[in-house]
Amino acid sequence: MLKLKGELKLKGNLVDARGRSCPEPVLLTKKAIEASPEGVKVLVDNVTARENIKRFAKNSGYNVEVVENEEGILLTLSR
Amino acid sequence: MQDKRLIIINGLIVGLLAVLLVKFGNPVNMGICIACFIRDIAGGLGLHRAELVQYIRPEIIGIVLGAFLMSYGKKEFNARGGSSPLVRFVLGFIVMIGALMFLGCPLRMVLRIAGGDLNAVVGLIGFAAGIYLGIIFLNKGFTLKRTYTLNKAEGFLFPAINIGLLILLLAAPAFIFFSEKGPGSMHAPVFLALAAGLIVGGFAQRTRMCMVGGIRDLILFKDWYLISGFIAIFVAALIGNIAIGKFTLGFVKQPVAHNDALWNFLGMGLAGFGSVLLGGCPLRQLILAGEGNIDSAITVLGMLLGAAFAHNFKLASTPDGPTPNGKIAVILGFIIVSLIGYFNIEREVNVKVKGGVKVEG
Repeated sequence: MLKLKGELKLKGNLVDARGRSCPEPVLLTKKAIEASPEGVKVLVDNVTARENIKRFAKNSGYNVEVVENEEGILLTLSR
Repeated sequence: MQDKRLIIINGLIVGLLAVLLVKFGNPVNMGICIACFIRDIAGGLGLHRAELVQYIRPEIIGIVLGAFLMSYGKKEFNARGGSSPLVRFVLGFIVMIGALMFLGCPLRMVLRIAGGDLNAVVGLIGFAAGIYLGIIFLNKGFTLKRTYTLNKAEGFLFPAINIGLLILLLAAPAFIFFSEKGPGSMHAPVFLALAAGLIVGGFAQRTRMCMVGGIRDLILFKDWYLISGFIAIFVAALIGNIAIGKFTLGFVKQPVAHNDALWNFLGMGLAGFGSVLLGGCPLRQLILAGEGNIDSAITVLGMLLGAAFAHNFKLASTPDGPTPNGKIAVILGFIIVSLIGYFNIEREVNVKVKGGVKVEG
């Protein structure tokens, strides 16, 4: 089960892209924001995916908030 | 943007080092070529007996160890694997067949263009077309599934193998083959080549430099980040080549190249197609393997075996042009990569987007 600390409480859509290698996390994120343009949360587990999604989000006009813990890296994309 | 500045510096350094390595003995337009150098290593180990292309290239060892040391220092070293390993092995094999049809990996393609070799421009068009083909599969949901965390010791194996290669190079026992003539005999001094590799590997680990990723991200996301590195390599190598008098514009008699346009196009197309499904070019696979990615280590082993087969079965082109066997192999390669693409499409990609995930506080 997905265990995350309190401050990572999730609402709305979550994309679990952990373990996926480049460029799949970004593609999954892209598909998710096409489905819910108001914003999504993406969970990844490596720095490359984090950087790629951050870049993609900025290029697409989204703000990104990043929280990291031992479970992974959670990126919150919002307008 | 600050991170783009770093990859541009990375590209300029790679381009200049490549020219420097040519100046100090590497074949022209082959300062660094991942495919050619893995092929040379296959020859050095006696996995193929093409006498002109046998040498244990220290650049490859340096790139792997540079990426290993940098990732370790930056706490990004992470042993992981299990994402369709045999599919990756086969794709690595086929990427090598495509690269040796063209005579160079995507990085050498850029270096060849920077040396004035217009055949490589044809290769670049094929490469972009192959990437576009791969993107069609990506957009349909192609995936090699997820990786898993492995025992850290497994991540050390690939860098350790490269230290073993370095020992073989330095000790030069009788069972190792070193070309006496041809491209394999042309090389910069060991420590210069090793140092260049370490620098390239360390930098590329930070910037995630990738030739395939550059064109892929531009098409998919209109993202110029990775391709900036690609362009920087070209600019630096172009200036360097002009400076050392190694720039010769044209199609004919280019160094370690042939001018059969169709097969340059198809060879690089196959390399691009396979690399997109792998998620990165041969350089990127080496870097990831150094970082502890076992899937990429398996891919590199696939490339090594592909290179050995390419020479044992006469699939690799020569400066006279492609071979009949090579043409058959490239066509088979397209069919196999297409089948791999088709059978790895995840039908229900939307399952990944879940609403209202329960989280324990």
